[in-house]
Amino acid sequence: MLKSFKIGGVHPAENKLSAQKAIEVLALPKSVFIPVGQHIGAPAEVVVQKGDKVKVGQLIAKSSGFVSANIHSSVSGTVKKIESGPDTSGYPKTGIYIDVEDDLWDEQIDRSTELKTSVTLDAAAILAKIQDAGIVGLGGATFPTHVKLVPPKGMKAEVLLINGVECEPYLTSDHRMMLEHGAELIVGVQLLMKVLNVAKAAIGIENNKPDAIKKMNSLLTGNNGISVVPLKVKYPQGGEKQLIKAVTGREVPSGALPISVGAVVTNIATTFAVYEAVQKNKPLFERVVTVTGKTVKNPSNFRVRIGTTISELIDAAGGLPENCGKIINGGPMMGKAFANTGIPVTKGTSGIVMMPDGEAKRKEVMPCIRCSRCVSVCPMGLEPYLLMTVSEQEIWDRAERECVMDCIECGSCSFTCPANRPLLDYIRLGKGKVGAIIRNRKN
Amino acid sequence: MSTIIIYTILTLSIIGILSAIILYFVAQKFKVYEDPRIDQVEAALPGANCGGCGFAGCRAFAETCVSRGELSDLFCPVGGNDCMGGVADILGIVAEKKDPKVAVVRCNGTCEHRPKTNVFDGAVSCAIAASLYSGDTGCQYGCLGCGDCVVACDFDAIHMNPVTGLPEVDDEKCVACGACVKACPKTLIELRKKAPKDRKIYVACRNMDKGAVARKSCSVACIGCSKCEKECKYDAITIANNLAFIDSDKCKLCRKCVSVCPTNAIAELNFPPRKIAVAEEVAPETGKIKPESSEN
Amino acid sequence: MSKLFTISPSPHVHSDESVNKIMYSVILALAPAFVWSVVMFGLYSVRVTLLAVAACMAFEFLIQKYILRTKPQIADGSAALTGVLLAFNVPSSIPSWMLIAGALVAIGIAKMPYGGLGNNPFNPALVGRVFMLISFPVQMTSWPAVNASGVDAVTTATPLAILKEGVKNGQPVVEIFKNLPTNADLFLGNMSGSLGEISVLALLIGGIFMLVRKIITWHIPVSVLLSAAVFSGIFWLINPAQYADPIFHLMTGGLILGAFFMATDMVTSPMNPRAQLIFGAGIGILTILIRVWGAYPEGVSFAILIMNAVVPLLNRFVKPKRFGEVKIQSNKG
Repeated sequence: MLKSFKIGGVHPAENKLSAQKAIEVLALPKSVFIPVGQHIGAPAEVVVQKGDKVKVGQLIAKSSGFVSANIHSSVSGTVKKIESGPDTSGYPKTGIYIDVEDDLWDEQIDRSTELKTSVTLDAAAILAKIQDAGIVGLGGATFPTHVKLVPPKGMKAEVLLINGVECEPYLTSDHRMMLEHGAELIVGVQLLMKVLNVAKAAIGIENNKPDAIKKMNSLLTGNNGISVVPLKVKYPQGGEKQLIKAVTGREVPSGALPISVGAVVTNIATTFAVYEAVQKNKPLFERVVTVTGKTVKNPSNFRVRIGTTISELIDAAGGLPENCGKIINGGPMMGKAFANTGIPVTKGTSGIVMMPDGEAKRKEVMPCIRCSRCVSVCPMGLEPYLLMTVSEQEIWDRAERECVMDCIECGSCSFTCPANRPLLDYIRLGKGKVGAIIRNRKN
Repeated sequence: MSTIIIYTILTLSIIGILSAIILYFVAQKFKVYEDPRIDQVEAALPGANCGGCGFAGCRAFAETCVSRGELSDLFCPVGGNDCMGGVADILGIVAEKKDPKVAVVRCNGTCEHRPKTNVFDGAVSCAIAASLYSGDTGCQYGCLGCGDCVVACDFDAIHMNPVTGLPEVDDEKCVACGACVKACPKTLIELRKKAPKDRKIYVACRNMDKGAVARKSCSVACIGCSKCEKECKYDAITIANNLAFIDSDKCKLCRKCVSVCPTNAIAELNFPPRKIAVAEEVAPETGKIKPESSEN
Repeated sequence: MSKLFTISPSPHVHSDESVNKIMYSVILALAPAFVWSVVMFGLYSVRVTLLAVAACMAFEFLIQKYILRTKPQIADGSAALTGVLLAFNVPSSIPSWMLIAGALVAIGIAKMPYGGLGNNPFNPALVGRVFMLISFPVQMTSWPAVNASGVDAVTTATPLAILKEGVKNGQPVVEIFKNLPTNADLFLGNMSGSLGEISVLALLIGGIFMLVRKIITWHIPVSVLLSAAVFSGIFWLINPAQYADPIFHLMTGGLILGAFFMATDMVTSPMNPRAQLIFGAGIGILTILIRVWGAYPEGVSFAILIMNAVVPLLNRFVKPKRFGEVKIQSNKG
């Protein structure tokens, strides 16, 4: 019996079209647009001016609060302007436009591909490097990693979990990362263990990636404390709380952080970024993005500089398919649709999924037949049908009592609803409203 | 047979009388004194329980009126001055007269004026559409067209026009309760002073982008050029954030600003056709926004 | 900007489940029982089933089109399913006009006034059936004798009715059982009764199909059958001379049909496994109570309808197991 979380879950068609495609380095773009708000928390403060020459890896916007992150230039060239530009939602966001000239890297960065295993720094120094490099959760949540690595007072991390589940359909960037950079990942895990001062770490990998499980297992020899845990293929196995439950058997209490059960979870791509930042002095300015879709000519995994517009990635994967009706930022279960192709890749862009016309549109909404499937698939044990109704009717106190804030927005309910009801749409709305009410009450 | 009937009637009567006596004593015992004026005030109110006054319902409003004993901050938009006069009479005071108001939708972004850039395909709710995306057009300030205001209206006074995709207010039915104002995530709806014959002049735009950006997304966007501000003799127009605003308290409905607006962003409603009329006729019964034919 | 991309909140993929698929799968699951009823009652059962389906769909169409003035949605299969279930709960000799009246009650009173699909508190087919049972008791309890090909004047009682009658007359159960079909006959359906309820085997095939297709979960059928078996077993252990054994109770009457097809009706059953277990147990116990002490020999319909009324209460107070439940109590209500 493979380990798994216990309540709910669905199994969407996996469609891992690019699983066998090695990571390619995308050609340098002509210009980039780097938004200053790429993470959860306060947007970074711009520290360059129009006309400034910048190098690859140079700090261009600095962290502006406790929950915030540095942003580095991903290219070398001239700062064209600092203005608002498009973001996924269509709302304009401030960012830095840079015209690319040459490819000059900051001298500090070690550009060799040689594996550097020796860990010489102490925990505080490693943490400082992670913070300086502007590393955030690269799975899509974009929570600043250095904040996550410092447990709140009175709490102690006991185990580090590395999320190699990649339970979203289509996405393969973490999968390729494990196959191609397994050794670096192990070093990254050791670095994180040192920061957290934990003796145990587990890499959770869904069982549909046997090659990755094998590869990571083969690298474990002599690495005490690290283990690879194959997990059942079930969405959302990679949800933070679900992963903790599956690997450790502990349940994060409602409303609490994972650290309350002694667990810290980081993503594969984040772990790799940690390795690069600490061992190679390389700040986070590029990431691996899966560009895929059923009608895409050449589904691929690209290593991309942050700020590259997605149209360039789409072109590199064989161009925008004729019948593409929707482009998704991230996986199809939790990602957000791009408003247009002029939007840049940010730290949180784990994939670009193009959906053909037929699949892009939702099906006709029918009355709820109370089949209770949404209840049985909810991984948090909530009642989506009820939460949708109370949100629609704006009964916020009831929504709170029915634990709307526990929703992880995994989308299993909307996915499974035979009446095609927009359950998550309304629950997300209710979550927003109830969250605001709770914050008001605390103030 | 007849004895059965008699006994039945007797038993039931006795039970009835006993219950009445018990009820009487219980009612006496647990009687709570309540100002009788609350009931009177409540009776004078329209009983719509719409919450337009800011209280949970007509009863709550009546209780507040009586307990405060004065009406300075209290107003029932549904009943209007007549109703508040009645309330004041009951309380033995004089109510301050307030101008009746009516809701207007400050967006004229029809498909023609404001081309779509995306297709929104989620739950039909402005709140949901606005929480995740800026909208399905280039304008992030404009109407989303999902009709949250229509749902919010208790008086059947606001409806979507299927042709324009924008909501329209029925001046006859609108009581200015403000439910739609709260419901609109883009704060497009404003309560404006009611003018004779329901005439209205207002800036039908909330776009705060710079002129060029705004114009690009919508042909009837306010570009903040301040021509109207200069034209207005009554200081009714102010420009802030690249956006003109006409204060309905100061506006004298002279219509001069309408003619100078280069983008036809200022709407005039329910006016008779102009003498130099440019063919376009205003249809008062629909209250539809009809800008002058656009020849910039 | 030639093409407009769709924007929508996540998720962007959907399972290929739909309401229509579910409804038609349930109808398909009832096919084995229908085939068996044709074997037993011949074309009479075809007539009853087709008539009930047609009547239910027609009433739904007419009500949606002319009274509610909405777009008729009869293609969703819910009315057809109600029709099949109604037909399965009546004798094959039922006069047509009674069946049509039953269909009218099912659709016109039990379903549409509440808001149509998804909003009815009571199972429409059962309301129709109970209406017919109370209004036309004679026709609803006269079953044509099995294998009386062409001679539908001969009627016989169901095993449960024979049992009830016998117990009332003070006969010991062992004596009564001599007149009853054997367990094998009961299992295969070699007896008389309502159209769809006779063959345990055929119904089980349909029920397993639904479980495999994940149309239903095991919770309701298992709790209904288990509680009925345990409850009747207690009686039987106390006094085998007066009470029938649990196996007899499980295999006769509409218990299997009710447990798999009527109690599991999605609209009128509770929304989470815990509540479903309670719901099922209630049905099982009430059924046996009615069978043992009630005026009617059979109680599945009544038991399900009574428990339908409890569903909103169960949904309100019995909650699924929340993830990370421990700290919920500290939430301010």
